[in-house]
Amino acid sequence: MHKFLIRSFVSSLVLLFTLTVAAVAKDVKAAFVYIGPTGDHGWTYQHDVGRKAVEAAGFKTTYVEGVPESADAERVLRQLANSGHDVIFTTSFGYMNPTNKVAKEFPNVKFEHATGYKREHPNVSTYAARFYEGRTILGTIAGTMTKSNVIGYVASFPIPEVIRGINSFTLAAQKVNPNIKTKIVWAFTWYDPGKEAEAAKALIDQGADVIAQHTDSTAIVQMAEKAGVYAFGQASDMDKFAPKAVLTSVENNWGPYYVDRVKAVANGTWSQKDTWHGIGDGMVVISDLDSQMPADLRSKVKKLQADLASGKVHSFTGPIYDQKGNLMVAEGKTADDGMLAGMMTYVKGVEGDIPK
Amino acid sequence: MIKIVKRDQPSRAIFFFTPVLAIFLTLVAGGLIFFILDFKPFEALKFFFIVPIADKYGFSELLLKATPLCLIAIGLSFCFKSNNWNIGAEGQLTFGAIVSGGVALLFYEQEGFYILPIVILAGAIGGMLYASIPAILKTYFNTNEILVSLMLVYVSKLILDYLVVGPWSNPEGFNFPETRQFSDSAKLPLLFEGLRIHAGIFLALAAVVISWFVFYKTYLGFQMKVSGFSLKTARYAGYKGKKMIILVFLISGACAGLAGVGEITGPIGQLHREISPDYGFTAIIVAFLGRLHPVGIIFASLVVAITYLGAETAQIFMQIPKYTGQVFQGMILFFLLASDYLLFFKIKFIGSKK
Repeated sequence: MHKFLIRSFVSSLVLLFTLTVAAVAKDVKAAFVYIGPTGDHGWTYQHDVGRKAVEAAGFKTTYVEGVPESADAERVLRQLANSGHDVIFTTSFGYMNPTNKVAKEFPNVKFEHATGYKREHPNVSTYAARFYEGRTILGTIAGTMTKSNVIGYVASFPIPEVIRGINSFTLAAQKVNPNIKTKIVWAFTWYDPGKEAEAAKALIDQGADVIAQHTDSTAIVQMAEKAGVYAFGQASDMDKFAPKAVLTSVENNWGPYYVDRVKAVANGTWSQKDTWHGIGDGMVVISDLDSQMPADLRSKVKKLQADLASGKVHSFTGPIYDQKGNLMVAEGKTADDGMLAGMMTYVKGVEGDIPK
Repeated sequence: MIKIVKRDQPSRAIFFFTPVLAIFLTLVAGGLIFFILDFKPFEALKFFFIVPIADKYGFSELLLKATPLCLIAIGLSFCFKSNNWNIGAEGQLTFGAIVSGGVALLFYEQEGFYILPIVILAGAIGGMLYASIPAILKTYFNTNEILVSLMLVYVSKLILDYLVVGPWSNPEGFNFPETRQFSDSAKLPLLFEGLRIHAGIFLALAAVVISWFVFYKTYLGFQMKVSGFSLKTARYAGYKGKKMIILVFLISGACAGLAGVGEITGPIGQLHREISPDYGFTAIIVAFLGRLHPVGIIFASLVVAITYLGAETAQIFMQIPKYTGQVFQGMILFFLLASDYLLFFKIKFIGSKK
């Protein structure tokens, strides 16, 4: 009898505990800090789609949009940390130093910084997507679809992320069409429809008949539509902005990661991580393939997508040479993450120099 | 019946009353906008204007935000009082920040009490140099200072872009567009532990006192005032216009440059592409809201600063789009300009007597 009482007491305690944990779990609040407006149809828009997935999973969320990377970022972060948010996602590179600074003051709040490399405190994680895998797909399509063998590429800033994308794109295009050249225009902006459109125009004037972009607005695909050349959507499915020009888009799909991390906070299993997910984990998604593409190209792309996801194909498989002809990756080898993270040289076939 | 009558003289009482009226009308119109957008107007206004500064930290952030606005607006009031339309304070801020940031980087990982004064001075000189361009072009080539100073804003931002992307970018920073963090000796000291408010506020207060003295106690202030009322009179009185034009631009540029120094050696601690959320432009609103009067500018900078903070709080707690902050800034200026009509005209209510 005595034992029974103790046992039932303990089990009810356990039950009570699990119930409390379940109740607490639902109380976890996540906050998101955005660089642009949620309606930009690019970078911020996709992060907000991810936030909505967190809401759909039953958690409360807050967001602040249009937070400049000036002294204001720190105040917004501190205010969010101070007002009962358990995990804060900072979705632009420029929030790196403020994120680490505020994280130090709020050890109980988890911070998740997108695209950065500093994790100075145990409550700071970083995450990014292997967009270069998506660019391997785009390069394959561009190399097949081009007639002029000149491919235009509007780039944002000469950082490894962008150089890697240009290289991955060019390598894939060369594989299907050894004669192609990639011409780059640096826009020195992530989001400026006017500048981006001008850059696209300049590339089209130089004979490019396929335009790729590493900036966020829809101006480039719209310019391509007007000029009658092909283009690819960036960050979100941009097909509706330029139905004839857009062959496919590389979508940033943050939802699964966000839900995963917020759940981890709720369960108490959150720990510091540096996440770099690609097509395989679903962080990089290829939109529907346009019917203007020949059927055999479409099936080839589908297969490539599956192989990139499974790891059978790597975007950077040797032999890879730089512009001067020096070997970067030997035959049969693939570039490791360290090399990818610091990539600051063009591969052969890219025209021009990296701005210094 | 309502009749509008021209005043014989602009009313002095109305002159200081209209800013208050403009703020009041902005609150009413803002409440109305919140109401139309389906937010509770009073609650929204509370989150906009009271909650952000309800605690010590919030108040310190208000002062932090108001500091550059006040400093720039004081500088601008020298120009505006004397009929010189310097619209390019944002550029002078940026260039000041570039020069002082460059000096701060020269002293990377060095220590010494002498570093900070040099860094501050460099910023002021940078701002002055940059402001001297529209001033010299105006005085010697008769160019329009509005256009020149405005266009130089974009030039300065491109120079900053070039530097942080290229030669000054952090060698350990994977080529991201930012410089190294400045050493502590090149940073403005914080006034309180745990708050971001820094010694830059004393620069702003000093500017307030000095400007008051110059405006009301010196010959230069008198010259500026006369030139502001009538350039012809000033010329007739024999004032050396060119010298004064250059001087007010230099003062204005120095103030904007110091505001830039305050940002980069204060809360930011490095140079990158976004050192100012357009303080140089917003300060124009501050200068006019403060009636180009040093004390008025203090109050105006606090009012405008709160629209920045309030927009964040309102979005965090009520999901009101953050860009309403800019709507409020626009409305303040709009209502101020509109109510200035009352300076020159009065409204008379006339009964239906025959």
